[in-house]
Amino acid sequence: MKLIVAIIRPEKLQDVLEALFRAEVRGLSISRVQGHGGETERVETYRGTTVKMALHEKIRLEIGVSDPFVRPTVEAILKAARTGEVGDGKIFVLPVEKVYRIRTGEEDQAAVTPVQ
Amino acid sequence: MRKTLFIVASGLSGLALAEGVDGAATAWMLVSTALVLLMTPALAFFYGGLVRSKNALNTMMMSFATLGFVGVGWALLGYSLAFAEGGPWLGGLGHALLKGVGLEAKGEIPHLLFMAFQGTFAIITAALLTGGMVERMRFPALLLFLSLWGLLVYAPLAHWVWGGGFLGSLGALDFAGGTVVHINAGIAALVGALVLGARKDYGRQAILPHNVPFTLLGAALLWFGWFGFNGGSALSSGALASLAFVNTLLAPAATLVAWVLLDLLRTGKVTAVGLATAIVVGLVAITPAAGFVSPLSALVLGAVSAFPSYFFLLWRPKTRLDDSLDVFGAHGIAGTTGALLTGLLAEKAWNGVADGFLFGNPVQLAIQALAVGVAVAYSALGTFLLLKLVGLLTPLRASPKEEGLGLDVTQHGEEAYVEGEGAILVLSEASPPALKPAGGKA
Repeated sequence: MKLIVAIIRPEKLQDVLEALFRAEVRGLSISRVQGHGGETERVETYRGTTVKMALHEKIRLEIGVSDPFVRPTVEAILKAARTGEVGDGKIFVLPVEKVYRIRTGEEDQAAVTPVQ
Repeated sequence: MRKTLFIVASGLSGLALAEGVDGAATAWMLVSTALVLLMTPALAFFYGGLVRSKNALNTMMMSFATLGFVGVGWALLGYSLAFAEGGPWLGGLGHALLKGVGLEAKGEIPHLLFMAFQGTFAIITAALLTGGMVERMRFPALLLFLSLWGLLVYAPLAHWVWGGGFLGSLGALDFAGGTVVHINAGIAALVGALVLGARKDYGRQAILPHNVPFTLLGAALLWFGWFGFNGGSALSSGALASLAFVNTLLAPAATLVAWVLLDLLRTGKVTAVGLATAIVVGLVAITPAAGFVSPLSALVLGAVSAFPSYFFLLWRPKTRLDDSLDVFGAHGIAGTTGALLTGLLAEKAWNGVADGFLFGNPVQLAIQALAVGVAVAYSALGTFLLLKLVGLLTPLRASPKEEGLGLDVTQHGEEAYVEGEGAILVLSEASPPALKPAGGKA
């Protein structure tokens, strides 16, 4: 079992969700986050005040998957989230110690298997 | 038959127009008064959008509160100090508590309506100056300050220019309040910003507008209300009102074009806050001139007035002067530009009153400059003394902790954008803890 954490561009979220759906990856959560990965700063001006917006809006996806699903999930995100410009994001694959499904009490492999 | 009906109808209401009162003029002035009153809540949106979300309600409340605190003061005493019979320096107490202000004619309209129309000017002027003090002033101190300011700074200045005082007698031209309203508010905001000191985050952190669409909405409603502000200052319907109305359309349009081109040439981008500011700057600049210059001159005046305000607004944030919403840059400077250009561009052929420098009367420009100087000096001194006085009675400034939390919660116990989640309902009859000032210094 792995937890896949991906940071992507907000405008790529829909593409990624579709790609994951086609890869039959079910069960994920997203959150809106701010961060930067070395992309150029955006400059905004309000009357005489000029500011550099150093942090950019990003989306964080968290997906718990069984081992056979790690590769397809990562490939789906890599393909769908890429623009080739700086700031496309990162994918982290983390080991997972235990997983429980709250509804049934199922554990580990059974808990990350798609619901039938 | 028709005549009988009319008599019956007026008999039923018990009221008829007094001798000399014109129905059309009264109708337009009723509308104008409502339009000018709308400018104050419009300003609340303009200002409210420019501050951080934690201070949005407090900033808007500063404008809304003047509707009552300055409005009531005006009816009770301010109108009398400005417009009752008196000397060159101050009106009298003849109209205090609205004594002698009835439905008789004052020009072509009922006296009572004239009082109300002028009252809306006192209200918006006080609301304008709050832009220099937002995000740090304690609300109770502000209420006391604005109530006194409407009586002791606004009313005398209004008397000098419009109420039979010395500036009006000298021939100073101020059609709808370039000197009385805008220079006055701009200087008061500047003094307020200096007395209070800069916000604690000023110059260390980017303080950004939280809702630019609010600011655009406010600019739109201000322009709408300004047709009553300038058009109504004819105190009649008809030719002069039409001239002022059209000039109020054209001058800000020209300012907008000049401002947008400046933005575009300087940075390649046209900003929305800039465009909204340009509208206000153009409106301010045409205010003293609205009924005195030709429509073509209004276009020139509007375009020219963009320049001093634009470059001042670029420079101001680089200083320690935290006139937070640039009241001085927008109103003080554009008001001065407009007052001086009135002395240059006024045309007797259009207004029947006086010519300006370009039309053979150089003295007019000198009179305009004198009126500007007097307004600057009196507004600065009066505002300074009043702030010091109020500061002796109650702290002017919120504590650094209150400023950090935001004035919405600390001054009003409300938030502009409530999350609601995690709020626990307290079912108790106990009243909230009493208000105790926890002010910082200044």
